[in-house]
Amino acid sequence: MEFGLKQLVFYVFALLTVGSAVIVVTIRNIVYAAFSLMMTLFSVAGLYVFLQADFLAATQVVVYVGGILVLILFGVMMTSGRLDMKLKMERGQLFWGGLVSLLIFILLLSVITNTPQWKNVDEGASLEPTTHQIGEMIMRQEFLLPFEVTSILLLVALIGAALISRKEVREE
Amino acid sequence: MPFSLQYLANHLSQFWVQTSENWAQRFVENHVPFLGHLPYSLGELIIMLMCCAIFVAVVPLLPLGLVLAERKVSAHIQDRVGPMRVGPHGTLQTLADGIKLLFKEDYIPKQGDKLLFILAPYIIFASSFAVFAAIPFGRSILVSDLNIGIFYIMAISSIIVMGVIMAGWASNSKWSLLGAMRSAAQLVSYEIPIGLSILTIIMLMQTLNMQEIVEKQDGLWNWLIFRSPFTFIAFFVFFISSIAEVNRTPFDLPEAESELVAGFHTEYSGMRFALFFIAEYANMFAVSAIAATLFLGGWQGILPGVDILGGLPGFVIKTLFLVFVMMWIRWTLPRLRVDQLMNLCWKYFIPISFFNILGVGIWGLIFPEDTLVSIVISLVIIVLGLIGVFAVFGKGVSKAPVPQASSAS
Amino acid sequence: MSLQHYLVISISLFTLGIFCVLTRRNAISILMGIELILNSCNLNFVAFSRYVTPPDDISGQVIALFGIALAAAEAAVFLAIILAIYREFRTISPDETDTLKG
Repeated sequence: MEFGLKQLVFYVFALLTVGSAVIVVTIRNIVYAAFSLMMTLFSVAGLYVFLQADFLAATQVVVYVGGILVLILFGVMMTSGRLDMKLKMERGQLFWGGLVSLLIFILLLSVITNTPQWKNVDEGASLEPTTHQIGEMIMRQEFLLPFEVTSILLLVALIGAALISRKEVREE
Repeated sequence: MPFSLQYLANHLSQFWVQTSENWAQRFVENHVPFLGHLPYSLGELIIMLMCCAIFVAVVPLLPLGLVLAERKVSAHIQDRVGPMRVGPHGTLQTLADGIKLLFKEDYIPKQGDKLLFILAPYIIFASSFAVFAAIPFGRSILVSDLNIGIFYIMAISSIIVMGVIMAGWASNSKWSLLGAMRSAAQLVSYEIPIGLSILTIIMLMQTLNMQEIVEKQDGLWNWLIFRSPFTFIAFFVFFISSIAEVNRTPFDLPEAESELVAGFHTEYSGMRFALFFIAEYANMFAVSAIAATLFLGGWQGILPGVDILGGLPGFVIKTLFLVFVMMWIRWTLPRLRVDQLMNLCWKYFIPISFFNILGVGIWGLIFPEDTLVSIVISLVIIVLGLIGVFAVFGKGVSKAPVPQASSAS
Repeated sequence: MSLQHYLVISISLFTLGIFCVLTRRNAISILMGIELILNSCNLNFVAFSRYVTPPDDISGQVIALFGIALAAAEAAVFLAIILAIYREFRTISPDETDTLKG
């Protein structure tokens, strides 16, 4: 098998993705977990670039790193009570949780390795830049309705989040 | 003048292939059987690193000049002369300051989080410099001609928030954390009007590629700021939000000296502080360059087809003008309050941006092609609108009492 | 790189996300686990659209875009609920917040 720069970079990204995800689930310091999650999300964006989904990669970085992670960090700092360095997390059910996860992993791995039509799939010709096609599909073709529904969902989520997190003024 | 890094890279890689066919590849293939095709890839890698090295060596010189420019501009606005001692007319002052910072003690707070404290400046520095990779400096002077150019820039610049929060948290200081929180809230909020303003451009141009956007703006009347009245509004929304995005006065709440010492980089000193400082000025140059590219024609000249030296001087002049306007604003206006800052973003800029998007959509339906008629109509609307704005708001300004200079402070 | 490489990365992320959700005792960490799971799903969609469907069909990427939008909405609502819970109970451990009426 050819092992060039592309393969090397791919394996680096794969290692970063899985390695930082392991840190996310094992480390006890929650702020470290959040920054490690940033690494995971960023490497997943890198994998999207490998799959020639450039628009999606940029979206991943904008939404996850610039939006969701900032939200998560805000949540961490607002709910930790006092802002000191000891933001340790409690864990439980390590044995049963690990067992269940391991079983799921083995099950999925066996599915992947035993499905004949997924073996040795050809990568195919490299795609054109996908941005234009994504726009066509969302605005003109079959994904128009889901797109509109998603926009309504986002609006509902916005109003709902603002309503829930607002401080209640009780008259007593 | 076909000078571009890509051009250089192509030639270098061809050179590498030729030489490696002669001896390097054969040598490695004979003696390191496991590596196989690695030499060619290594050649690619070395060329990439060389391009990066040129870039990383040249771009930090910009802040060096900008810091001096800021001090001189502020001095002249405040009727002083600014730094004069080092070099002729104080031109080497920044260099002296840089050397001083380089030799200062590298102080890391004992109670802080050492790893994140060290990591944070690098994240901010790297992401503010990665933005330059997609900005076209001239007809063929650009690092990478990305097909998602402007979206890539937005994505990369949104990583800066993480660095800011990291720095603020790792310092374990109240000032730093408060500054970082304010900064994060501000960056996340002002990203929305910026994104929506860029969206108006994308709707008119139907491309995300920076180079194509510039190529369609040949001639002053084709610059996107004049293309329709809505892009004219979008330019000001974009520019003001950009000032907020780079945390400069009147939006410098995250590092307000009189409240928070220095915001998220209070605890930093020496070279780490210099990294923040360089990143700040690089950011300022970058947002000005993006504004110049998207709205003011980038490297295109005033007349179509006239671009001296691939358009580089024109581009730099436009960008530096916008940088100067930022400095001018900084040394003229006082700081906003937090609620005013958020009101400005959520109650004014975001609704205006949505209105802009709607307007540009309708404009695109009415004038699918740029004709003389559409440009004339747009210019007329812009001029009438400006006259109207000055007629409504200008009166109050001229009647306002002129504050007397006091010697109290 | 074949399809299987991507699928192995994807199931690793999925399993780690499940592990995170099962073992953590902090609501925000659980949210991180859910984000991992969502990412693995998106990666699957994109990988299948690259390798399995015909080359001019990129609906997998579009669905992944919708997935990202859903993740954003979900995170916003999740954190709003967590803040409300924290204000009521002064803790965000899912084991201790067990009364419905505050």
